[in-house]
Amino acid sequence: MIRNDEFAARQRGMQRRRRAGKLVTYLGLSVWAVVVLFPFYWMVLTSLKSYGAYNAEHTPVFFTLAPTWENYRQAFTAVPLGNYLLNTLIFSVLTTAAMVVVSTLAAYAFARLRFRGRNLLFGLFLSMMMIPSELVVITNFVTITNWDLRNSFLGLILPSITSVFYIYLLKENFEQVPDELYRAAKVDGTSDLKYLWKVMIPICRPTLITITILKLIECWNSYIWPRLITDDQAYYLVSNGIQQIREEGFGRENVPAMMAAVVSISVPLILLFLTFRKKIMQGASQGGIKG
Amino acid sequence: MNRNANKAWLYLLPAIVLLGAFLIYPLVDVLIYSVEEGYNFASQTYTGVGGYNYLYVLHDPYFLQALKNTFILVIITVPLSTGIALVISTGLSSIRPLRQLYQTIYFLPYVTNTLAVGLVFMILFQRTEYTDGLVNLMLGWFGAGPVDFINGPYWAKMFVLCFYTIWVVLPFKILVLTSALASVNPDYYRAARVDGTSRTRIFFRITLPMISPMLVYLVITGFIGAFKAYGDAVALFGTDLNAAGMNTIVGYVYDMLYGDSGGYPSYASAAAIVLFAIVLTITCINLLVSRKQYRD
Repeated sequence: MIRNDEFAARQRGMQRRRRAGKLVTYLGLSVWAVVVLFPFYWMVLTSLKSYGAYNAEHTPVFFTLAPTWENYRQAFTAVPLGNYLLNTLIFSVLTTAAMVVVSTLAAYAFARLRFRGRNLLFGLFLSMMMIPSELVVITNFVTITNWDLRNSFLGLILPSITSVFYIYLLKENFEQVPDELYRAAKVDGTSDLKYLWKVMIPICRPTLITITILKLIECWNSYIWPRLITDDQAYYLVSNGIQQIREEGFGRENVPAMMAAVVSISVPLILLFLTFRKKIMQGASQGGIKG
Repeated sequence: MNRNANKAWLYLLPAIVLLGAFLIYPLVDVLIYSVEEGYNFASQTYTGVGGYNYLYVLHDPYFLQALKNTFILVIITVPLSTGIALVISTGLSSIRPLRQLYQTIYFLPYVTNTLAVGLVFMILFQRTEYTDGLVNLMLGWFGAGPVDFINGPYWAKMFVLCFYTIWVVLPFKILVLTSALASVNPDYYRAARVDGTSRTRIFFRITLPMISPMLVYLVITGFIGAFKAYGDAVALFGTDLNAAGMNTIVGYVYDMLYGDSGGYPSYASAAAIVLFAIVLTITCINLLVSRKQYRD
């Protein structure tokens, strides 16, 4: 009987300790969640404070009672933020579309067509993944300058299209489609292009969507290449635009308007992320774009 | 068969042309640039061939400053971010309710524009004539004096840079480690629990060895990524990083190439190759060390 009591007591003690452990875990996780979310809260909050109110705060205030849209108006009229956003959209969509077409064709050739030197060429492609972009950007800058393509969408897009990693990812995916389908299609006299379009692409659509979204995010956030290749404001992308705002601002130090611009740039991506959360996280774990 | 081969090359043509023009040719060209002495960008002529560009770069105080900054950044952020990611993902995998919510929140920095959100960090840490900023307000609660993290002393600036870098790289690491932890065979845990093994022991004897390949992967990619740091620094301290004393190696390369101090692709190439050599060396050391650990 005593032993039984002791056992129950120990059991209770363990349970209590486990519950305390859970509590500590949740507390720790929440602390980091706050650290992650706070900058987002702060940028939205600041963007809603009026210029006068913000500058009158000697000690920062954690809320605002008089939210205003004035900063957003300012952000879109005092600097061509709308233009930057449009440029980024055009750049991202065109680059991603070109990337998907080029990668699909190449991956199909590697996965389905037989030709001499295929494995050798694929090995070469894979080894290209190790070339850091910092090394090649110097010559690309000179090339694009010599071709007179600075301050043009073509100059922005051309070097950004190919991504060996996505070709690799697609090829792996294409190879999982059973060979029998291909032979059956060949017997029916289907052309390769038609087979690719009617069979392969629908089957591999999840992967295609994943790489499309990852590339869109990458393009939306790209900074170094656009900065090198554009010095005309008419071709600025958002990253360069925000840097311009930071350095030259709105004629004066206008932090709330700057934050309004930051919110406008961040919202499209956050919406995209929340819509395709599962796909993005799955794709990102296969091969990150920032690490 | 021959027709088929031709078709294959046709499918590959766009990829090969683009990769050739913007990846293979530049790789060769950058080596050539780096040994052409006295290269003039306007006339595209040079005076000789040799190692002068490398000597110049390696003796340039700005480059040495960039080298120092980058190494400090790497040494601080890579172990710290991997460690924090391990703690957070272990916590994440031990809970069930709200797990998805936490995961989604933690992933947010991954999809944000580094340049844009960096401005928020600048505002939070900055001390201006009008206000001490939020971080200094919090430091004040603990009785610490106000510090200007953006234009102030070197280590204050380095702290913000490291903090922001960790904030940016954590989502990827947490994501990878959480899925690694989820893929550990639950039978091991069940067996350990039957034996009455303590939680700490389970963590160090089962969990850690099982996910160590992923940890190695994260450390290696972490090193590579941190050595290429640039955008974070620009976001916090502006494009003139040399003046702020916070330049990185990649920043030095771009400053040599373009901007107010630019126009020297030879120096830029030499610096880029030095960076590549460093990254390659560190990666090889990492691989050797991790392989040796496996054997032990």
